[in-house]
Amino acid sequence: MPKRTDVKHILVIGSGPIVIGQACEFDYSGTQACRVLRAEGIRVSLVNSNPATIMTDPEFADATYIEPITPEFVEKVIEAERPDALLATLGGQTALNTAVALHERGVLSKYGVELIGADIEAIRRGEDRQRFKDIVRAVGGEVPESAVCRSMDEVRTFVSEHALPVVIRPSFTMGGLGSGMAHTAEELERMAALGLSESPVHEVLIEESVLGWKEYELELMRDHQDNVVVVCSIENIDPMGVHTGDSVTVAPAMTLTDREYQRMRDMGIAVLRAVGVDTGGCNIQFAVHPETGRMVVIEMNPRVSRSSALASKATGFPIAKIAAKLAIGYRLDEIRNDITGETPASFEPTLDYVVVKVPRFAFEKFPTADAGLTTTMKSVGEAMAMGRSFLEALGKALRSMETPGAGMWTGPDPEGTTLASTLQALRTGHDGRLYTVERALRQGATVRQVHEASGIDPWFLDQIGSLIELRAEVIHAPVLDAALLRRAKGAGLSDRQIALLRPELADEDRVRSLRHRLGVRPTFKTVDTCAAEFPARTPYHYSAYEFDPAAESEVAAQRQRPKVIILGSGPNRIGQGIEFDYSCVHAAMALHEVGYETVMVNCNPETVSTDYDTSDRLYIEPLTFEDVLEVVHAEQVSGTVAGVIVQLGGQTPLGLARRLADAGVPVLGTPPTAIDLAEDRGAFGEVLATAGLPAPPYGTATSFAGAKRIADDIGYPVLVRPSYVLGGRGMEVVHDEASLESYINRATDIAPEHPVLVDRFLDNAIEIDVDALCDGREVYLGGVMEHIERAGVHSGDSACVLPPPTLGRQEVEAVRRSTEALARALGVHGLLNIQYALKDGVVYVLEANPRASRTVPFVSKATAVPLAKAASRIMLGATLADLRDEGVLPATGDGATLPARSPVAVKEAVLPFHRFRTPEGRGIDPLLGPEMKSTGEVMGIDITLGHAYAKSQIAVHGALPMKGSVVLALADRDESLGILLAERLAGLGFHVLAAQGTAAFLRRNGMDITVVQDGDGEGQHARRIQEDDITLVIDTSHGNHPERAEGSELRTAAVSRGVPYVTTIQGAVAVVRGIEEASATEPEVRALQDWHHSH
Amino acid sequence: MARAAAALVLEDGRVFGGEAFGREGSCLGEVVFTTGMTGYQETLTDPSYHRQIVVATAPHIGNTGWNDEDNESQRIWVAGYAVREPARAPSNWRSRRPLEDALDREGVVGIAGIDTRSLTRHVRQFGAMRGGVFSGAALAPHTEMVARVRAGRAMAGADLSGEVTTGAPYVVPAQGGKRFTVAALDLGIKTSTSRMMTARGIEVQVLPAAATLEEVLALGADGVFLSNGPGDPATADAQVALAEQVLDRGLPLFGICFGNQILGRALGRRTYKLRYGHRGINIPVIDAATGRVSITAQNHGFAVEGEPGEEFATAFGRAKVSHHCANDGVVEGLRLLERPAFSVQYHPEAAAGPHDAAPLFDLFVQLMEGDMNA
Repeated sequence: MPKRTDVKHILVIGSGPIVIGQACEFDYSGTQACRVLRAEGIRVSLVNSNPATIMTDPEFADATYIEPITPEFVEKVIEAERPDALLATLGGQTALNTAVALHERGVLSKYGVELIGADIEAIRRGEDRQRFKDIVRAVGGEVPESAVCRSMDEVRTFVSEHALPVVIRPSFTMGGLGSGMAHTAEELERMAALGLSESPVHEVLIEESVLGWKEYELELMRDHQDNVVVVCSIENIDPMGVHTGDSVTVAPAMTLTDREYQRMRDMGIAVLRAVGVDTGGCNIQFAVHPETGRMVVIEMNPRVSRSSALASKATGFPIAKIAAKLAIGYRLDEIRNDITGETPASFEPTLDYVVVKVPRFAFEKFPTADAGLTTTMKSVGEAMAMGRSFLEALGKALRSMETPGAGMWTGPDPEGTTLASTLQALRTGHDGRLYTVERALRQGATVRQVHEASGIDPWFLDQIGSLIELRAEVIHAPVLDAALLRRAKGAGLSDRQIALLRPELADEDRVRSLRHRLGVRPTFKTVDTCAAEFPARTPYHYSAYEFDPAAESEVAAQRQRPKVIILGSGPNRIGQGIEFDYSCVHAAMALHEVGYETVMVNCNPETVSTDYDTSDRLYIEPLTFEDVLEVVHAEQVSGTVAGVIVQLGGQTPLGLARRLADAGVPVLGTPPTAIDLAEDRGAFGEVLATAGLPAPPYGTATSFAGAKRIADDIGYPVLVRPSYVLGGRGMEVVHDEASLESYINRATDIAPEHPVLVDRFLDNAIEIDVDALCDGREVYLGGVMEHIERAGVHSGDSACVLPPPTLGRQEVEAVRRSTEALARALGVHGLLNIQYALKDGVVYVLEANPRASRTVPFVSKATAVPLAKAASRIMLGATLADLRDEGVLPATGDGATLPARSPVAVKEAVLPFHRFRTPEGRGIDPLLGPEMKSTGEVMGIDITLGHAYAKSQIAVHGALPMKGSVVLALADRDESLGILLAERLAGLGFHVLAAQGTAAFLRRNGMDITVVQDGDGEGQHARRIQEDDITLVIDTSHGNHPERAEGSELRTAAVSRGVPYVTTIQGAVAVVRGIEEASATEPEVRALQDWHHSH
Repeated sequence: MARAAAALVLEDGRVFGGEAFGREGSCLGEVVFTTGMTGYQETLTDPSYHRQIVVATAPHIGNTGWNDEDNESQRIWVAGYAVREPARAPSNWRSRRPLEDALDREGVVGIAGIDTRSLTRHVRQFGAMRGGVFSGAALAPHTEMVARVRAGRAMAGADLSGEVTTGAPYVVPAQGGKRFTVAALDLGIKTSTSRMMTARGIEVQVLPAAATLEEVLALGADGVFLSNGPGDPATADAQVALAEQVLDRGLPLFGICFGNQILGRALGRRTYKLRYGHRGINIPVIDAATGRVSITAQNHGFAVEGEPGEEFATAFGRAKVSHHCANDGVVEGLRLLERPAFSVQYHPEAAAGPHDAAPLFDLFVQLMEGDMNA
C-alpha cells in the first residue's frame, strides 16, 4: 500500500534538552522525520524545548513550538494545531512517555489524534519488564531467570534452583539503593537481608546474573505488511554489566557464527512481532553466554534509539527516515535505498568495513562522582570511526575522543601499576578500559587472564595483543620502510603514535613527510549499504589504508563547483555539543544553496551533520590534524577546494586552524593569526588596551609566588584558570591566599608554556554574552544576552535572557561599541562571541572567541536571523550589506535593536548531577561555578520574562512548583532579598521552611518559619522532601563559605529526589517571578513562525 | 611468521597483491564475491561454489574458527578463497580449529590482504570472470599467470553436476515419524536442505545426478527434489528431461537454485548468465502472490528468463513467475498453477543466511499432502 491519504497533518515530538542518555541522536532522527513528512506534502507541527537542534529551525516544520515537552503543553499545541496524527517514536523516551501520558489523559481521543508508528499497547508490552519477559518466553526465547522474594527462605530457594552470582534489587528503593551482586553464599545472606530491610515493602528481586556475558544488539525495522529487516548487529566489547551507551561497541558483530547470528535474528523478529511494533524501528538487546552459547533477551526499545542512530550512520541505512515513511503507510519495498538509488529499502545492509563507537565521559567535571561503569549510563557523547579492520577503526575512534589519551601509548602508563593491579582494574568497567587491556597484555598477561578479568571476548583481546607485537616491530625495525609503515597505519596508528615509538622521527610532522615520501596514504572508501554489490550514488566516505597495490580510492572527481570543507565538532562533551553541529549544518545548507559543493568532516554519529543528506559529501573521520589533512588532500586531488571552515565546530577545528594554514590549506574567514590573538592572553590584553576597552586586571604566573604577587596587586577575589582550556575546565574563584596556594598545588601541569591566568574576579557583576557577525569592516550584533546568574557561574551553566531585561540603552550601546572595536581589532570574518561583565556602570571584556558559540542557535531562533548561515557566507566573501540585500539579514537594525514587541527568550542550562553518585552512594552537590557542567539547554519564549522563564523551568524540571513547601537556605548576603522572596512565596500559598540561620533572620522580620536542621544527612532530607511535600529548594548557603567545598545534603537530596532546586539568589528571584506569572495567567503556546512574523 | 607473497590474477589482466592464505600454490576458477557477513564455513563447504574463487567482502574472516557442526557437505568445495584479514586466533565456544587449518588440511589455496572491495567493484563492473590465485613458489611473471588463467575453463557451458554429486544413493532418515519419501537429486545438495526436509517427517533418498525416472519411481517417492549445485544449467539436459517426466506424472516437485533453473528449462524457459550473480544473505525476494518480502540467502550466477509476476503457458499447464528479486527483478521462483511443482532460485534452507523462506519446505509437504491450494 502506498502512502496513507487520510493523514495530512502530523505532530512530531522531539526529545528536549541534551541529557546523558538522550542526546542529539534524536535531533538527527527528528530532523529526518520532518524532512520526509514535508517532502510527502504533509503538514508538520513540532514540539521541542531544545533550541540548539536543527529540527527546531523554522524551515524544518510548518509550525515549530519551542515549548516544554510536557503533556500539558503538548495538549495546548494539539488544541492549537489539530493534527491528524502524533509521531512520537523518533523523540526518545521523552516523546514516548509524553505520548503515553496524552493517551492516558484522553487528550488524543478528545482531539481525534491517531498515534502512528507504535500503539500504546505495544509500547507497554515493550517497556513493562514482566510482560516483556512473558512475551519472550511465549515465542520460545529465554530471559534471565528471576523471582520476587519476600523472605530469606524464598531467596535461598531461588538460589538453590539457579546458581550464584545473582543480582539483588530491593523493590522501591531510591537510586538503586541496596542493589548489588552476590557472588558467595555469605554475600547473598548479607545483601539479601539488607535489601529486604531497605525495601519499604520488604521485597527483593533476585535475578540470575548475566554479568560478563557477551552483549549484542539488533536494530530491526518492520512495515505494516509484516516485512522485517535487521539493519545492523552491534557487538559490545564491554560485556554485560556496562551500559551499552558506555561500552565500546563494534558493528557488525565480530564473534558470532552464522548459526548463532540467525538464531538471534529469528528471536529478534519473533519478539518484535509479539510485542506488536507495527511499523518503524526497534532495538533489541541480547546476552550470550561465552562458554555455552546460551542466549537470553535483555530488553527492547519500541522506538528509534541512540543505537539506531549509530546503526544508521554505521550502515548508511537511514532508520529514522524510513521509520517516518513506514508510519505514513509505505512498505519497505516501496521505499528506495537512497544510497544505491535503485534497490529498495527492504534488504539488510551488509558491511565491508568495521565500525567502532567509543563513549566520551566527563568525570573530570564531577570529581566526587563514582567513575566506575555500571548499567546506568554516564557518558556524555561518543565518536564513531570506520576502517577496513577492527584495529583501524578502533585506533581512529580512540583518537577521535580528543582526550589526553589519543590512542595507545600516547599517554604515560599510570605510575606503580603491576600486572596484578592492572588485572584487578580490569574487573570493573571504566573509561579507557581498552588501554588497560593493552597495558595488561604488555605487562605479560595472557589473553585468558585478561578475558577472565574483564569478560572481553578473546578475539578482541588477541587483536589488541597484535598491536603490542606491531609496536615492538615498529620500535625495533632498523628502518621504517613502506611495508611496515603501511601495516602500522592499517592497524589504526596515527602519525603521532608512530612518532612516539620512533624517537628519531621526533614528531608526527616527520612521520607524515616520511609517509608521503614513501607513498603511504589512505584510500577513501564508500559507505554503500551493500559491500560494493551496487554502485553508490551517495559520496559517504571513510579512510582506510590498504596493503594491496591495486587498492582504489573512491572519491569521485568534481571540478564544476568549488568545494568548501566544513570541520565538525567531534564527540559531544560538556562545553561542546549540539550547538556547534547546528552551526556546521547551517553552513552546509547555506553554501550548497549558493553553488558550493559542501564537504563535511565529523566523527559524531549522533548528529545531523553526519547524515549523508546534509552535505554534498560526508567523511566520517577523526578531527585530528593528520586525518583532516588527508581529507583535504583527497578533495584537492578530485577538484578545487575553496577552503576549510574551522570556526563553526567549536574549539576542536579552531585548534587546527594554525597548522592547517601552515600546511598551505586555505582557512576561510577569520585568519588563524586573529584566532591566536584572542587566545593568547598577553596579546589579547594589548588588543584591548589599544582599543581602549576595559578588562579586569590580570596576570599570568607559573608559581605560587608569582600568582600571589599578582593577586596581592589586583586584589581578591581572583579567578584562576589554566591557559588554553575548554568549558572553564579547572577554573575557580579564589577568595584568599590560602586557597590560592591550594589551587596552585593542585594544578599539576603548570609549566612555562602552560601558565596559570589570574584575573580580578568581578564579584556580583552582571554578565553579558554577545554573538556578532563581522565582515572585516561592518559589525552585526546578533544578540545581546543578559545572564540571570552573576559572573562566576560559567556562561554555559547560567540562564540568559534576550533581549536583556535590565540593561539600559547606554549599556547596550557600550556593548556595541566594544564589540565593534574588538571585531575590527581582531580582524574577524565571520562569527565572534564576547563575554562582558557590567559592574558599577563599566562594561568589562572578559573574553572573546572568534568562532561560533553555544548561543548561536538560541539567538538565531529568538531573533529569526540565521547567524551561522550568514557567517558562512561572510567567510566566502559576502559582506553584511550583501546579506542584508539578499534578505539573509534584516534590511535594517540588528539583534541589539529588537522592536519593543519582540518576545522574550530565556535559555536555561540542563545539569546532569542526578546521573552521578559518589562511590559511597551519596548524591553530588549541584553547585554552579566557573567550570561548566551542563549537558544541554532549553528555551522558553513568551511575551513576558516571567512566562518565558517559567517555561524554561518547566522544560527543565517537567513542572513548575505551584504549591507545597519550599525550603530556603540563604547566604548572609542574600538574606535581604530572601525576606522578599519568602513573603512572595508565602503569598503564593507555599509553606515556607528554612535552614536555621535563614529562619532566624526571617523570624526577626516577622515571618513564622519552620526550621530545617542543618547536617541532617541526605537520607533525612530526602524523607522530609516526601513527607513535607517539598516542591522547591532554594539553597545559596554556600555563599557564606565560598572556600568550603563540602556539599550541602539538602541540595544533594533535592537532586536525588528530582525536586527543582536553585543555588543562586538571582535564579531564585527569577523562579519566584515565573511562579507568580504562571499562577496569574496560564502560559500560552505559540509557534516560532508566528513569533517571527509578528515582529 | 611472515606469509609468502600471493597474487589474485584476473583474465582481463588485473592483479591484486596479497599474502598466501591456507595452502600455498595455485588455483583457477571463476572469481565471484559473496557479501554475507557471517557463515564462511557454510559457504566454503557449499558444493555450489565448486570451481569458484570466492571473494569475501566481509573484512574479517575466520573469527569464529571452524567447528564440527556447520559444514554443508563433506568437504570444502571452493577453488580458492580471497579475504582481506584472516583471524589470528579464533574465538567461539564451538570452534575446533582455525579456519586456516581447515583450508590447509583440504589443500585450498587462498589469498589474504588484498583489497577485496576494489576487487568486488571490478567484478561488479566487468562481470564474474576467470581468475587464479598464485602464492609462494607458484607466483610467476604477470603474463604467465594471466595466460594460465585464460587457459582455464569458463563457467558458461560448464557441466559440473557430475563432479559434485554423490557416487551412490544414500538415505537421510526422517526425524520423528516418517510421513513422506522424497527422491532428492544431488546436484550439489547441502546438509541443511536434507535437514529441513527430515525435520518435517520426510525421508530423503539422495540420488546421484544421473538418476533416472525408474530409479525415482522405484523408491516409491511422494515427491522429487532438485537440489542446488554448480555449473551452467544450460548443460543439465538429463536433469531437465527427468524433471519433465516427473511433471508429466504429476509427482510433487520442488527445486532450489540449480533446481529452479532445471524446472525453468522443463517449463520451456531459457537460462542466462548474470553479469556477476547474486551471492549473499541479505537479498530481498518478493512473493508475487502476497507482495511480501523475504530476506534470502542466494548463490547463483545463472537465472531463468522471465518477468516479475509473469504468467505463461507450458507443456504442463500454466505457470507463474512466483518470486522475483526486489533489487533487480531477476526471476527467483516459479510455480506451476495446475500441477504440484514449484522452485525457488534462493535458499530457503539458508545456512548461511536468514530463515525467512523456511516455510517453503512446509509448502512442499502440503503439495505432497495433495493440497494444490497451499
